[in-house]
Amino acid sequence: MSEFDQMYREVILDHYKNPHGHGVLDPADAQADGQNPLCGDEVSIYVAFGEDGETIDEVKFSGRGCAISQAATSMLMDMVTGKTATEVAVLDKQELLDEIAIPLTPVRLKCALLGLTTLKVALHKAKGTPLPDGLAGFDELELT
Amino acid sequence: MAVSTVAKKLDAHTVRADFPIFEQEIHGKPLAFLDSAASSQKPRQMMEAMTAFYSTSYANVHRGVYVLAERATAALEGAREKVRVLLNAPDVREIVFVRNATEAINLVAYSWGMNNLGPGDLVVVTELEHHSNFVPWQYVAGKTGAKLAMIPLDDQGELDLSTLDSIAAKGNVKVVATNQVSNSLGTINPVERLATWAHEQGGIFVLDAAQSAPHMTVDVQALGADFVAISGHKMCGPSGVGALWGRGSLLSRMEPFLTGGHMINSVRLDKTTWGDLPHKFEAGTAPMAEAVGFGAAIDYLNAVGFDAIAAHEHELAAYALGRMSEIPGITLYGPPAERRAGIVSFNIDGIHPHDVAQILDMNGVAIRAGHHCCQPLMQKLGVAATNRASFYLYTVQEEIDQLVDGLATVRKVFA
Repeated sequence: MSEFDQMYREVILDHYKNPHGHGVLDPADAQADGQNPLCGDEVSIYVAFGEDGETIDEVKFSGRGCAISQAATSMLMDMVTGKTATEVAVLDKQELLDEIAIPLTPVRLKCALLGLTTLKVALHKAKGTPLPDGLAGFDELELT
Repeated sequence: MAVSTVAKKLDAHTVRADFPIFEQEIHGKPLAFLDSAASSQKPRQMMEAMTAFYSTSYANVHRGVYVLAERATAALEGAREKVRVLLNAPDVREIVFVRNATEAINLVAYSWGMNNLGPGDLVVVTELEHHSNFVPWQYVAGKTGAKLAMIPLDDQGELDLSTLDSIAAKGNVKVVATNQVSNSLGTINPVERLATWAHEQGGIFVLDAAQSAPHMTVDVQALGADFVAISGHKMCGPSGVGALWGRGSLLSRMEPFLTGGHMINSVRLDKTTWGDLPHKFEAGTAPMAEAVGFGAAIDYLNAVGFDAIAAHEHELAAYALGRMSEIPGITLYGPPAERRAGIVSFNIDGIHPHDVAQILDMNGVAIRAGHHCCQPLMQKLGVAATNRASFYLYTVQEEIDQLVDGLATVRKVFA
């Protein structure tokens, strides 16, 4: 399979064209906006917890971005529904990358992880769970 | 862009042979490099000049009394004179070497702006600005209590000058800062008119010529500017060197930007006095070899001829706009070909620029996808990002054909 076919494999394009969990929750129990300053992509994540106030009952995303970022966030929505905030906070990014399963250059890696990073920030703001790698220790202001 | 009918025609295939970067394939395809607006490729002649400088004349400048130091100083000052001639500056002491146009604008924003702006004052920029000519002014305005105002764009991507009176009514116009050519849309701006307006208001006119100087003659005296910023790397020079031209009467009254070695006259425990122009603004060891390379790049461009370069790019832009307008679902941004430099920004309906650029890369085509450091402009256009193809003296029509073919592949993948 060519590099080309690998990157834009069918499942990526399917998620891009028909994203799972696309929309807005208002009100949301946890929410954050993320940007990729390299390309201007934006994603907002909305989380509703179940009765235990910990398990993710519903999660949605809105925003605009490339096929990789949108498809990765769509896959993420499936992955984290039913998990607890604590579990998601420590979710290894490799798990998502394995799911995406395409070769990614360093720039496109940022596209692929924008949704996960933003979700972890939302959970941090609502629940005080740990921030994702690279953001920990930065001023809250940068997280919006 | 003014196209001289007497300009000698540029043979891009011949020019291209001077650029070693094209002697390779990318993903098994010939390299179609359509991102010169971000940074240009380098001719062998420029690199050889830098190598020769390092090999025969390298030492720190302006200090040593030995032969090498004298040679190095002569090389640096020779490059400064080449920049002066390029810009038709009245005096070589008005040419300050900096890292790039961004640093040049920061120098003006800090050294002039911090000491001359205050509440009630207005800094006027445009919706077309690169962040390099927007963020420094926003920052300094915020620090000094001055306000920032924007000249808006019309539907063609050109500045709406009918708004100037209402902008002037908002405060004392102290600075008008604009680019000459938009890096994002290729719009050629009416900078002489804006310089005149700035002076009528009692303000200074700061010109970001980073995107124009590589492609057209920039005459600081004819333009009536007060400060002009250029970057070497966009005009066949190495990265790490650019130049600021400033009106001597303004530069001489300004405080330094960076302080330290070389920029002093004398240093005492209680007081340091600043060096003469341009040294007052050149703290630390200069980018010597880079300046030499910059000078060689200017020689190279002069040999090809700026009129020929401008005419060539104009031809390519018209060809690209013609071919690309046939692509279904494409939106082309910016003014008509006769009023734009060799830059074409576009979007393909429903396909994010990142995906367009990635698929094009697999076809050997390098374009830029993103906000082009112009987020205020992207907000105006109502998009997060665009694709941008940009051309230079070594760009050949075949590269544009390769782009158009690549865009067909893009549409197929997302069909």
